[in-house]
This record gives sequence, C-alpha cells and structure tokens, in this order.
Amino acid sequence: MDAPAQMRRPDEVGVPDPMPLMHPVLRKNYGAWAWHDRPRPGVLHHVAKGGDEVWTVRAGTQRQMDVYTIRTLCDIADRFAEGHVRFTTRSNIEFMLSAESKVQPLIDELGRHGFPVGGTGNSVSMISHTQGWLHCDIPGTDASGVVKNLMDMMHHEFTHEEMPNRVRITTSCCQINCGGQGDISINVQYTKPPKINHDLVNKVCERPAVVARCPVAAIRPAMVNGVPSLEVDEKKCVCCGACYPPCPPMQINSAESTKIAVWVGGKHSNARSKPTFHKLVVANLPNNAPHWPEVSEVVRTILSAYKEHGRHYERMGEWIDRIGWPRFFELTRFAFTKHHLDTWTGARKTMNMSAHVHF
Amino acid sequence: MSQDESKSAPDGPHPTPLLDQLEGGKWPSFVTGLKRLRDTQGAQYAPMMNDLLGQLEHSYENRAGYWKGGTVSVFGYGGGVIPRFSEVAAKFPASKEFHTLRVQPPAGFHYDTATLRKLCDIWERHGSGLIAFHGQSGDIMFQGCTTENVQKAFDELNEIGFDLGGAGPALRTSMSCVGHARCEMSCYDEARAHRSVINEFLDEMHRPALPYKFKFKFSGCGNDCVNAIHRADFAVIGTWRDDMKVNQDEVRKYVAKAGRKYTIDTVIAMCPTRALSLNDDDTLSVDNKSCVRCMHCINVMNKALSPGDDRGASILVGGKRSLKVGDLMGTMLVPFMKLDTDEDFDRLVALARRMIDFFAENALEHERIGETMDRIGLPSFLEALEIEPDPNMVLHPRTSSYVRTDDFTEESEKYFERKARENGLDVAAE
Repeated sequence: MDAPAQMRRPDEVGVPDPMPLMHPVLRKNYGAWAWHDRPRPGVLHHVAKGGDEVWTVRAGTQRQMDVYTIRTLCDIADRFAEGHVRFTTRSNIEFMLSAESKVQPLIDELGRHGFPVGGTGNSVSMISHTQGWLHCDIPGTDASGVVKNLMDMMHHEFTHEEMPNRVRITTSCCQINCGGQGDISINVQYTKPPKINHDLVNKVCERPAVVARCPVAAIRPAMVNGVPSLEVDEKKCVCCGACYPPCPPMQINSAESTKIAVWVGGKHSNARSKPTFHKLVVANLPNNAPHWPEVSEVVRTILSAYKEHGRHYERMGEWIDRIGWPRFFELTRFAFTKHHLDTWTGARKTMNMSAHVHF
Repeated sequence: MSQDESKSAPDGPHPTPLLDQLEGGKWPSFVTGLKRLRDTQGAQYAPMMNDLLGQLEHSYENRAGYWKGGTVSVFGYGGGVIPRFSEVAAKFPASKEFHTLRVQPPAGFHYDTATLRKLCDIWERHGSGLIAFHGQSGDIMFQGCTTENVQKAFDELNEIGFDLGGAGPALRTSMSCVGHARCEMSCYDEARAHRSVINEFLDEMHRPALPYKFKFKFSGCGNDCVNAIHRADFAVIGTWRDDMKVNQDEVRKYVAKAGRKYTIDTVIAMCPTRALSLNDDDTLSVDNKSCVRCMHCINVMNKALSPGDDRGASILVGGKRSLKVGDLMGTMLVPFMKLDTDEDFDRLVALARRMIDFFAENALEHERIGETMDRIGLPSFLEALEIEPDPNMVLHPRTSSYVRTDDFTEESEKYFERKARENGLDVAAE
C-alpha cells in the first residue's frame, strides 16, 4: 500500500502457447492425425497420417485438487507417461503414451492411487460442475459433494462403456446454471420468493439495477419502515434468484425452500440431431447433504431406463425423441405435472402442434 | 472481515462428521485432499484449510453458503480475481479471506509436469494448496488466497508465463478443444485461433468495461467438445465445404466387421439429412450437397470417413444460459470462413473486433449479445456488422407477413450481384 512504486507491472501474456507443453508425439503430428479407436474403456489410440501412434489413458479426478494429488499425478506422468498430461473440459486427466506397452502399467498405477480410468466413448463421463458452498457467494447447495456422491454411484458407468451413447451430466448450485446443459442436469431450483432484509437493501444494493435484473418485472422500489428498499410482487415472482447476486439482502436460499430439480436431454454436439437444451423431469427434491440420496435415486432411475431402452448412438434426448415423452414418464415412473408445460417466451413452440400422439 | 483477528484457530482440527462421509466411495475425494492440506505440518496454509473445512462443514450442517464478494485485484488489472470474504469469520478466522485467482490455461489444456509442479509450488507458498483443473469458465482456478498474497501469487504465476483470466463484465477466458493436437476431425488450428483472438483483446479481459460478459470458444468440428454453441457469445466451429472423404476399402472392412444391419441402423439411418446410402457391394454413397457436417458417420467410421480438404470454420453468435430472456444458442452468422493463412486469421480477429466493438457500443447494461440480437432483430444486427443474409442462418424463411418489403427488388439485386461477385472472387482468388 505505501510503496506503489515497487509494484510489478503485469506482463500481459494472455493465453499460454501449448506447443512447448504438449506431448512430443502430439506436437510432431499437429494437424496430421488420420484415425483413432478405443482399445478399451478409458483408452484412446490415435494414428497419425505419417504412421506415428499415441495411446491416451483418461482418468477421473476430483477437479478441486490439493497440490499433493497434483504432484502424485505428475509423478505418475513422469514415471509412466513421458511427463505430459492434458485435461478434458470435464476435468478428466489424460496421459499420452508413445508405446502400447506402457498402457497397462499406467492403468495399474492409476488404480493403485485410486484414480478411475474411463470416461471415453459411450460411458458416463465426469460431471461438469460448479463451486457450491466451497467457494461461491450465492450457492444453494454444494457442488463437489453432490458430484462425489453421484460419481461414487456411477463409478461402474465411468469405467465401462455400456450406455447407448456418451452421457454428459452437469450440476449447478443455482439457477444461473454455470454447470451448463447436459444429458442429465442436476440444478438448484428455488421454490420461494426472496426474503428481504430491508435494513440492508439501501446500503448494499444499487436498487435500479436490481429492479432491471428481474425477468418478470416483479421487483419495485418501496419505502419500508421509513427507509428506501425494494419489494417483490410474490404473485409474479418466479423464484429464479436473479436478484440475489446483485443484492444479497434479497436472500433466495433457505434450508427448506432451496430444492433440486433434474433435467434431461441437453446436448452440445451437432452429431445427428442439432444441439438441444435440457428439459425438466423432477423438481422439489430435498437439498439433503451430505449424500443427496433422493437426487442419486432419480439419476439412477433415468440412467437405467436409458441404458435399457436407448438404441446404440442415441443420446438421452434422441432416445426420448424416438419413444416420446409419455413413454419416458411411463418408464421412469415420474409424474408429469402442469410445471412441465413451459410458460416462458416461445413456450408455444415447445408444445405438440400436430395430431401425433404416443399411446 | 474485522475484529475477530485476535481469535486463533481452536486446538486441533475442526470436527467434520458430515464431510467425513464424503471420503468413502470409489471416486477420488476432494475432502481427503482438503484434509491433507489441513494436516501438513508447518504449512502456511494449514490453519486456513482447517478453518475452510470448518466453514464447509458449517455449510453442510445449515445448508447455506457463507461467502460474500468484494473487490480484490492485482496491480494494473481490474478483473481476474474472485474475491471471497467469509461471513462466519468469527468462528473460522484463518479462512476469512479465500479469494480465487482465475488463470488462463494453455490452449487445449496441455501441460508438462515441470510446469504443473511450478504451479503447485507457487500456490503452496502464497495460497491454500487447492487448485481446480479447470473451472466451467475454462480457467485454472487457484482457490483460496488472502488479500495480501494475491499480488505475490500473481507475480510468480505471471513470471512463468501465466496470465489472469476474465471476470465480471469483460472478455472472458476462452477454451479450445484438443483439436489439431490429437484429433483427426479437427478442421482448423484451434490453438492458433484461440490465441490469435483472445490475445488481441486482453485489455477487454483485464480491465472490465463491456456491458456484460463476452465469451469465445473454439471447437474443431461439429462435435463441439468445448460446448461453444450453448455457452459462447462467439462460437467458432470447424467445418468443410467440399465433399467428405470416403475410403471405400475401409468402409467395406467396417461393414464386414460391424455387420450390414448394424451399419444401416447406426450410420445410414441416423444421418439427419438422409445423405448416406449403403450400396449392394458394401461401399458408401454420399450425397454431399445434402450433408450438414453433423459428424455422426465420421465419428462412427472414423477410419473410413473424414472431413473434406477445403476446411475452415462456421461462426455462431449469441449463445447463453437463462438470464434474462431465456436460454439462447448461438445462431449461424458466418457459415464458412477459411482459417489457413495469416490473412484468414486476421479476418477472424477483425470479425471478433467488429463484434466486440458493436457489443460495447450498443448492448444495454447486463445484456448479452444474443439478447441484443433479439432486441434489435437479426436484419439490423447483420447490417451493423456488415454481414450479408444467408439461408444457412435460418431454419426456414419468415412465416409472418408483418414486414415492409417495398425494397425487396433492390435487395434481390444485391443478392444476385453478391453471388456473382463471390463466384468471380473464387476464380480470381482476390
């Protein structure tokens, strides 16, 4: 503070160049790969146009890693995988090997340290998730804990390729949904309007910005107990929580009313069908730390129905497109309610405007 | 964040009966990792991690979060640090400041172990010892740092070639898929595109001054492994213009191995535009004019089929999640641009610049560019960005007759002129 002259100016280097960090076989064959196959779950085998081959072993991590875990992974990479790794967008770690003979010893070593090998092809890959109670300022639930429970439950499905197609699961600790779209998405769903601490609103919130943030215009300025504050039209409020980040005195979370909803059929890829958003299946599940058993049960039910009835290469949403939503709700035994009927902008386009029905 | 300074952490670790239950099971446990940090004798971060575990257990007990934001930054930058101050610092004083440094990853998430060890060493000296590879933003998240140590940690990270990422109303950290480094589907140099674009606009990342966040993501093909269409304001998706490549010998081998029925059911019948046909001799016919480059058949038969030679990228603009108008996916704005030469990459950066400038000048506060597009309508948006309308932008032409069409003839003439010019330019290679 008292010696600003000594402050170091940042070197605005931006995105680091991956080339010096990249496995030499990858660097040598950059842009020149020919084909690949998967010798076993968790292992990819890529062949370059010039004939070079590389084996990749993919393992699950806990994403939030202590330096000891990272150093263990580095030790493994140094001893068995030529000192290079990369991470996937779902926080799996990948070890690249220039000889097939090194694959099994690496898998054995990862197993000794408790890192599951899998997440390739038609498996359930690692859940992409958010921060939750560990670090977020607005979370309705934890992230790492929910994910730990689910991945324990789905360990077999991570290490085996037995699903009709890949399954990408996400979790999010609030309705902003930082976890993103997924074949199955497990997201906090608030069920009550915010509880307002009127003593604080005027001190910490920029009121016009909060009013503007509300997607249904349910917030208006008001004088409460003689101080400027905000009030919520609770009949209009959709309990989305959008007012809470810019105005923490509008508390959206509570131990009772913060619930969890499960959605299905989101898809990022353009393969076969176009990308899709996930759709609501079940809401109002309790936020039941530390094991969230009700959430696990719903996910297990959806996964097993998909595993049993999906055809090879159908993603979750494509399977449901084929069998229809009536059959989906029949197979999974979840209730179809008025809350499944969209009411947002463009809702009519989500309705069945045809005489096509499933029986 | 105040008077509770004098209180020292209780003797021994906080009891964590709820978190302890997350140490069983087969998946690697983050709790075990946190405890390892807590139990490291003499480590500067051990007391912080003890109180962090205490606070997290407190969250599990009460089902509530206890962090609030604030303002923490490094010298010369405005963003890139996510400040966290504990609301229960009186009980857990050592973790009262627990900020995150968002650090941009190398394109494609490649590391060597020497670099990872350096990152660990720096974070042991100045932070909590907890690192996430990677956050949903794509950043390496160095989680848990006191206000005082943020600058020290950043200086050392910066010295070894790492830079802060984006936060707040700014250009955000980007991601690119593995692409050219290890994927035969890759249609352009993703790392080069990623670095060319982002490194050109670092000022917008480090000194937040945009109406709201702006994200680029780079995927080498329609499989979109970095989820760009859903999650990016500006998605660059690899594609190709000419015919896909078919190795008929490999097709025959595939059919012989997988079976004809299986091939028809899982490849031919799953083509979204019915562009494939299996011939009686187990070779494949492709109607390339109907193919939409979805990638399915290439994914399944990747030894037999591959993208064509005339590769490049499509640009989709306007993806985002629900706040505030509802979910939006990126919309096709540039069906194809080459990404081979220096000039091609310059054109990509120039388009990105037009987009960011337009966004900066015209978006409302807290409005994503997809919402701006909706608010002003695609025709105005295209006009402002000097992009010509193209039938690849729509599912189908308008169905509403409520539009003024008195310059339809002039617009048609422009279209025909443009088409003629495009054909001419191809020949002249201008």
